[in-house]
Amino acid sequence: MAWVNAIIQGVLTGGLYALFACGLSLMFGVMKVVNLAHGDLAVVAGYLAVFVITVLHVPTLWSFVIVVPVMALGGYGLQRTVIQRALDRGVLTTLMVTFGLSVVIENFLLQFFTANTRGIGANLALVQDSFSLGSQIQVAYLLVVIFAVAVVVLLGLQYFLSASKYGRLIRAVADDKEAAQLAGADYRHVFGIAAALALGTVALAGIAYGMYSTLDPTAGTDTILLFAFAAVVIGGLGSLWGTLVGGIVLGVAQQIGAQINISDEVLAGYIVFLAVLVLRPQGLTSRRSQA
Amino acid sequence: MTAAADGARPENGTPLLEVSDLVVHHGQLRALDEISFRVFPGEVYAIIGANGAGKSTLLRTIAGLHQPTAGSVRFDGADVTALRPERRARAGIVLVPEGRRLFGSLTVLENLQVGATYARQGPWTTERVYEMFEWMRDRRGQRTAQLSGGEQQAVAISRALLANPRVLLLDELSLGLAPVVVQRIYGMLPQIVATGLTVLLVEQDVSQALQVASHIHCLLEGRTTLEGRPADVTADQVEAAYFGLAGARVGEQGSGGAEQSGSESESSWPG
Repeated sequence: MAWVNAIIQGVLTGGLYALFACGLSLMFGVMKVVNLAHGDLAVVAGYLAVFVITVLHVPTLWSFVIVVPVMALGGYGLQRTVIQRALDRGVLTTLMVTFGLSVVIENFLLQFFTANTRGIGANLALVQDSFSLGSQIQVAYLLVVIFAVAVVVLLGLQYFLSASKYGRLIRAVADDKEAAQLAGADYRHVFGIAAALALGTVALAGIAYGMYSTLDPTAGTDTILLFAFAAVVIGGLGSLWGTLVGGIVLGVAQQIGAQINISDEVLAGYIVFLAVLVLRPQGLTSRRSQA
Repeated sequence: MTAAADGARPENGTPLLEVSDLVVHHGQLRALDEISFRVFPGEVYAIIGANGAGKSTLLRTIAGLHQPTAGSVRFDGADVTALRPERRARAGIVLVPEGRRLFGSLTVLENLQVGATYARQGPWTTERVYEMFEWMRDRRGQRTAQLSGGEQQAVAISRALLANPRVLLLDELSLGLAPVVVQRIYGMLPQIVATGLTVLLVEQDVSQALQVASHIHCLLEGRTTLEGRPADVTADQVEAAYFGLAGARVGEQGSGGAEQSGSESESSWPG
């Protein structure tokens, strides 16, 4: 029963990891940008939620209504200014620039929010409560909700990319941005839209993480970015549903590791990550890229 | 063969496209050296020349993908030299690039839809394209990788047509295609021009170009070596201009500093 529990918990945690990962995957798939500030931006979103809840007195669960659009707009702006300029100088430059961004954000957060941890909605029933499956398995409502949110986000992204005008342009630009220009598309604007989508998902990831665990200024690179990378690599680069598969595999591996020995939780995740890199470098979902 | 070829060139009208003293560098290489010409509405203007003559560079510069070192491109009276490629496309200068450059992860229909996203008002619709290429209707849901080279070229042309261009730039349509397929695609050209389009094309295959063009312009190592109507030039002149042999120049053309000599490699490689 303990193993069943580990798998259930692992699958549900996979939803959170997919939420971490899908924005990273989208930005890589479309712009070929490896955004090393991805996790830090999620933490920024988390702190933004804390601000919105405590200062503006927005109900905790509705904080995303403000945080997601703000982060999306910020993503568009960031792409059109800093990241686009880095891209114009080559893909490697974006690595350095986003790394720099990561350092700046982390120190900025330390300066203004101190190193103390902050949670989001710790007193909410949704965050605290769980229900029982059988006699031994306790499932947290929060994890179920986060998993559902991840699936809805992925469905939404999938629908947007396949059915909308801008989704089509995003895929076209990802294929061949020069040919897209010849069709009249300003690829910088399209990149901006893709970055806005990515940071919208990052915002949700940050809020979810703040509820699931606690926020601190270094959680972005220590946890979120690394888990996002692992999920993307396991699932397959540039594939949206691959991030969910990757997230679930990572989550299950961690829970099984924890079942064997509580200190092996994180290690088990990375062993699977390395095994996939060695045995199936294209990821578990080897379909063509969605984004 | 083409309608425009038998009439006099409408020199007194306003040119739709006017390229003046265009100089383009690829790094140190002077790829185009003071190229000037004018394309009038309804013409099929063909740039011919051997590999590396600068033909594709010329089309890409007109489409905005290369910035010239000097000179200008005017479109419908307005200077578009500083305009970004997507702006030029929306204004009606649409390039079918060399190698087709279809969007590989998109279906045929989606490729067409991308072409139509920023379309001008005009006669071309998806339905009209399907009328021209019947097979495309049934295979619109397929990925373009599943198409033959000729079919891919048809999709590339259709994608460009759906933007309703005023001037259609065609870069080496024949590249990598069987002669019979090339014939068929060029056979569509009069039908396309009849909708009010002007065509500027680049072709290595001289006989093909001479067949469809109302005006030809030969490049050699980035310089103009011959310009005129196909009816006015002899095969010898074309051959000489194409390969850079003895002098070749047709009467009506006197502008530009380009002297007809293929041995000027020192000025093609400055520095």
